[in-house]
Amino acid sequence: MHISRSIEILVGFFVAIGFVAMFFLSMEVSNLSSANGDEGYDVTARFENVGSLKARAPVAMAGVTVGRITSIKLDPDSFEAIVTMNIEAQYDKLPFDTNASILTAGLLGEQYVGLEPGGEEEVLMEGSELELTQSALVLEQIIGQFLFNNESE
Amino acid sequence: MLNYFQQLGVTSLGIFERLGRSSLFFVNILLSIPGVIVRPRLLIAQIYSVGVLSFSLILISGLFVGMVIALQGFYTLSDFGAEGMLGVMVAASLVRELGPVVSALLFAGRAGSALTAEIGLMKTTEQLSGMEMMAVDPIARIVTPRFLAGLISMPLLATVFSAIGILGGYFIGVGLLGIDEGGYWSQMQAKIDFNQDIINGLIKSVIFGWLVTWIAVFEGYDAIPTSEGVSRATTRTVVHSAFVILLVDFILTALMFGDI
Repeated sequence: MHISRSIEILVGFFVAIGFVAMFFLSMEVSNLSSANGDEGYDVTARFENVGSLKARAPVAMAGVTVGRITSIKLDPDSFEAIVTMNIEAQYDKLPFDTNASILTAGLLGEQYVGLEPGGEEEVLMEGSELELTQSALVLEQIIGQFLFNNESE
Repeated sequence: MLNYFQQLGVTSLGIFERLGRSSLFFVNILLSIPGVIVRPRLLIAQIYSVGVLSFSLILISGLFVGMVIALQGFYTLSDFGAEGMLGVMVAASLVRELGPVVSALLFAGRAGSALTAEIGLMKTTEQLSGMEMMAVDPIARIVTPRFLAGLISMPLLATVFSAIGILGGYFIGVGLLGIDEGGYWSQMQAKIDFNQDIINGLIKSVIFGWLVTWIAVFEGYDAIPTSEGVSRATTRTVVHSAFVILLVDFILTALMFGDI
């Protein structure tokens, strides 16, 4: 069976376009360009209530995403939630007394962890724990408190 | 009454017979793969007829599917003031589901039916038995190159489908409906995970390519060698492929994305 050169060229184009599309999906569409693998360092924080925070939610400081949540577990002794987050390696000068709070993006948006820098000289490292945390605001509890307060007046 | 039960038994035995035959046929294909790899020209010719000729169909369908999702998604999302999530919606639905599934359905209609008709007609005109006479294995020479071509082409086509669909959604969302351009891409990059979404979509398309080409070449090889038999086999290829794609897609989705 004879195959003309033009068919081979067309097949070459086809395969090349396929790989270009794959490259486009990985670089432009997915988080591959921003995720730098296992680099960065893990810090933990304890929260009384994480609300609807999920793994892979962003960790932001001053509105800039500096990392992602890697896991959320319950401490079986203190019944607090232990949130592990991976901070990108380039942000290695966060003060040790940085404060973490669970915030909501917009009224109905998803929850993320917001970091507020502290004033200490010492910086966060792999395995550090954030001491100052603020739990998620659960809307039902706030409404409940509001109704209860109104009732008692 | 007894006839009815007899009929039931004959039908179900027939189903198992075909399943067994197609599995053995698949084993034969696998055994003849090394012979095809040393002769890549056969494979290139088949990638041309299976992949390149399906390319324009995939390109146009992908573009319009992406545009329709953007248009429909915009009206729903704008009720919640969440138009910024349009890019995520278009990309997630294309990469996870519609890219692999719709391109596999189109692939079954465009390339699968052609494969069955071609191999079935070769059988009808006794070209396959002629090859056997000349001590040429028709599976290694005819079936396996087509099977491998389908397996290679399908993931490429599905990827192109998703990519062009996302560009189509961009064209409608940003160009026509006036969504912020930066939000379209940055929300997408924040939400679409490479391992979770893109690799899983790719795995799906490889599995669909395997299933569709397996069904297509088996139906052609197993067709009753008459014109009616080939026409029935071609119909069966399209119907069975569509059914299997949708069924397997549900199972794969449940396995891959069930815990999200």
